[in-house]
Amino acid sequence: MTSLTGTVALTRFILRRDRIRILVWIVPLVVLAALTVVGIKGVFPTQAALDQTAAATQHNAAAIAFNGAPQGLDTIGGQVAFQFGAIGMVLVALMSIFMLGRLTRGEEEAGRLEVVRSLPVGIHANTLAAVLTVAAMNLAVGVLITAALIAQGLPAAGSVVFGVSFILVGLVFGGVTLLVAQVTESTRVVYGVAGAVVGAAFLLRAVGDIGDGTVSWFSPIGVAQKARPFADERWWPLLLLVAAAVLLVAAAAALAVRRDLGAGLVAARPGPPAAAPSLGHPLGLAFRLQRGSLFGWGAGVLVIGIAYGWIGPTVDTFIGQNQALAQLLTGAGGGSLTDLYFATSFRVLALLAMGFAIQSAVRVRSEETSMRADLVLATPVSRWRFAASHLAVACVGSVILLAVAGLATGLSYGLAGGDMQSVPRLLEAALVYAPAMWIMVGLAIALDGLVPRWVGVSWALLVACLVVGFLGAVLDLPGWLQDLSPFQQVPRLPAASLTLLPLVAMSAIAAGLTLLGLLSLRRRDIGRI
Amino acid sequence: MPVAISTAGLIKNFGSTRALDGLDLSVDTGEVHGFLGPNGSGKTTTIRVLLGLLRADSGEVELLGQDPWRDAVELHRRLAYVPGEVSLWPSLTGGEVIDLFGRLRGDLDRHRRDELLQRFLLDPTRKTGTYSKGNRQKVALVAALASNAELLLLDEPTSGLDPLMEAVFQDCIREVKAEGRTVLLSSHILAEVEALCDRLSIIRLGRTVERGSLDELRHLTRTSITAETVRPAQGLADLEGIHDLEIDGAHVRFEVDTDHLDPAVRRLGELGVRSLVSHPPTLEELFLRHYGDELAQEPERADPERDTTPLPRP
Repeated sequence: MTSLTGTVALTRFILRRDRIRILVWIVPLVVLAALTVVGIKGVFPTQAALDQTAAATQHNAAAIAFNGAPQGLDTIGGQVAFQFGAIGMVLVALMSIFMLGRLTRGEEEAGRLEVVRSLPVGIHANTLAAVLTVAAMNLAVGVLITAALIAQGLPAAGSVVFGVSFILVGLVFGGVTLLVAQVTESTRVVYGVAGAVVGAAFLLRAVGDIGDGTVSWFSPIGVAQKARPFADERWWPLLLLVAAAVLLVAAAAALAVRRDLGAGLVAARPGPPAAAPSLGHPLGLAFRLQRGSLFGWGAGVLVIGIAYGWIGPTVDTFIGQNQALAQLLTGAGGGSLTDLYFATSFRVLALLAMGFAIQSAVRVRSEETSMRADLVLATPVSRWRFAASHLAVACVGSVILLAVAGLATGLSYGLAGGDMQSVPRLLEAALVYAPAMWIMVGLAIALDGLVPRWVGVSWALLVACLVVGFLGAVLDLPGWLQDLSPFQQVPRLPAASLTLLPLVAMSAIAAGLTLLGLLSLRRRDIGRI
Repeated sequence: MPVAISTAGLIKNFGSTRALDGLDLSVDTGEVHGFLGPNGSGKTTTIRVLLGLLRADSGEVELLGQDPWRDAVELHRRLAYVPGEVSLWPSLTGGEVIDLFGRLRGDLDRHRRDELLQRFLLDPTRKTGTYSKGNRQKVALVAALASNAELLLLDEPTSGLDPLMEAVFQDCIREVKAEGRTVLLSSHILAEVEALCDRLSIIRLGRTVERGSLDELRHLTRTSITAETVRPAQGLADLEGIHDLEIDGAHVRFEVDTDHLDPAVRRLGELGVRSLVSHPPTLEELFLRHYGDELAQEPERADPERDTTPLPRP
């Protein structure tokens, strides 16, 4: 097959070039899975403890919405699948999206693929090499997770189903990425659209699991959970994922031969011959450049907020009249189960807003490495103004996203049968995350100023916040480590009361980091250092 | 005459690579100054130091009487820059980018902008992501030429332009010069430098190796002579400064160091000249002579900033 000539050489090239990046994705995923088992064993030392939590979780709509349908929860394996399954599959989906997006459309957009394609290399060779690499990564994650679970004494059948479901979810989202990469010309848009599909998958699963489970079948993550690892395993739902992955890759391949290198299926349209008045200062430029991604993240936050609000009234009905159970679930901290549910909802929504904040803040660096910053800085625009403009969009934009999250959740909750008086409370519960956003923006620019090469670490910090936020308790991470996450310092409104001190302190730290970053940026060389 | 750009003993290291190694550059106000050197010799690094994007490790730099690092913002009101590799925001149109730069500089002249768009045959409604290299370069050129900047820093501004556009560019630079503005023109297109530049500086390995007017520099190289003489050419080989002598009956070809041209022509006269063709040294020959032999022996030096179009080798 001449269309595949060179695949082997290109695959080896990718493995060599991206070996660090590949390990940075695989190792933490596997370690997290292994640590979850250790943590669960510690949290539930006896069968009685497992039985108790399994009974309670049946009535905990919040836990079901975020983790999945309760199945096999009276076993260690079932708990591991419940606690780590959904979030782990989101991570493995993101791994496929970012790796495959970079290796296909990213290479093409950068013009590097053009050079490769001018060599005696087949039309599909680079794509296939990328797919093979990402498939191998998913395989490694699945096999290693299975091995880690079996090594800690969990049943083999469940461990294998659990591991295989990771592989297949990764492959399905790889297929989604590949398909989107054919349609659009921008790598950023590829990440955005494929990321939105992950969000939709997470959401459909939540809606389905809260209800009778039907809707979950439309989500790859939901389908994977239908294989019921550590409950009564069944293999056939996994075949659906295999079929989906094959279809997606085939569709992408069919589209790939119909388009030119570097082009999408949608041709660029002409635009205005002159600039709007707003495009006349650095802030206007920064907003114009990030408008699209603000709307993209905004749409995601809006939809998820509406869905979470809509589920809200169900949470209390799940538990019915059983006051003792309510006491058990909410713990000593007080607050209603619904409040606890919303507190967790805003953690998820705030993570999305933080995604936008980081994306905007690291833009300062990508403008520099693309040499576009040279052109702006060669005009009478100071480095300070150039960077601060992007940071302003990051700081204000992420707060707007939080407001959208709070309002969407609140209004939808009210309309679904909750009470409209909750809207201001829920808006407040979302907005308290603002200082956490600013800290991340500050960290990103401080990295940019001091060690520009390491700006990408900002994204790793986002994943760390995600992990600490959702697995911190289960993993039994040391308290000081958890406290490092800005998310842990945010009062968990509406379940907890508002305390200003941590918010003020975080804002001050954020301001300090931003100042440090901007000052360092003024002192160093500009360019691809 | 006041000096627009002056650097002395400029040194810039990137890690263990020395990009500038005591570079001296002096550009008078109102002149078009050619800035030549092989790939990786430090031209782009110099220009980025002049823009205040890089801080020199040591040495002196003065631009329009100010310090390019400390007074960057003030200075940038008075200069315009065109990079060799123009990278723009793919989602903005060419027209939007030109307006943006004009407004950032604060001197957008709509009439001039539209005139330049026409001269360079640039469609301002297209997204810059769909532009070719040459068209992206035109965007940067139109933005720079539409400004009132008193100093233009041009880093290989025409490497992507076709010959028609090259002619338009040269016209524009002549107009800029007529207005008394200063231009620093880094280029590999030697015909362009010969056509436009009053003086030039040639750098190699981060150091200035030649500077002066084209005429002055020509004295440093050889003139080639082809002649037909009445009597067979004898005695030429004994003269000083004669190279590559070929005698074929009455026909003779040789190159002579420009300083020794006079005795060689006298000798030819004694032999009885039937025809004589003399080529003054072109800039290209000057350039190749300066680098040709040495480049082959020097280890390749990577430009830490970027690579540019290759220089023809002898």
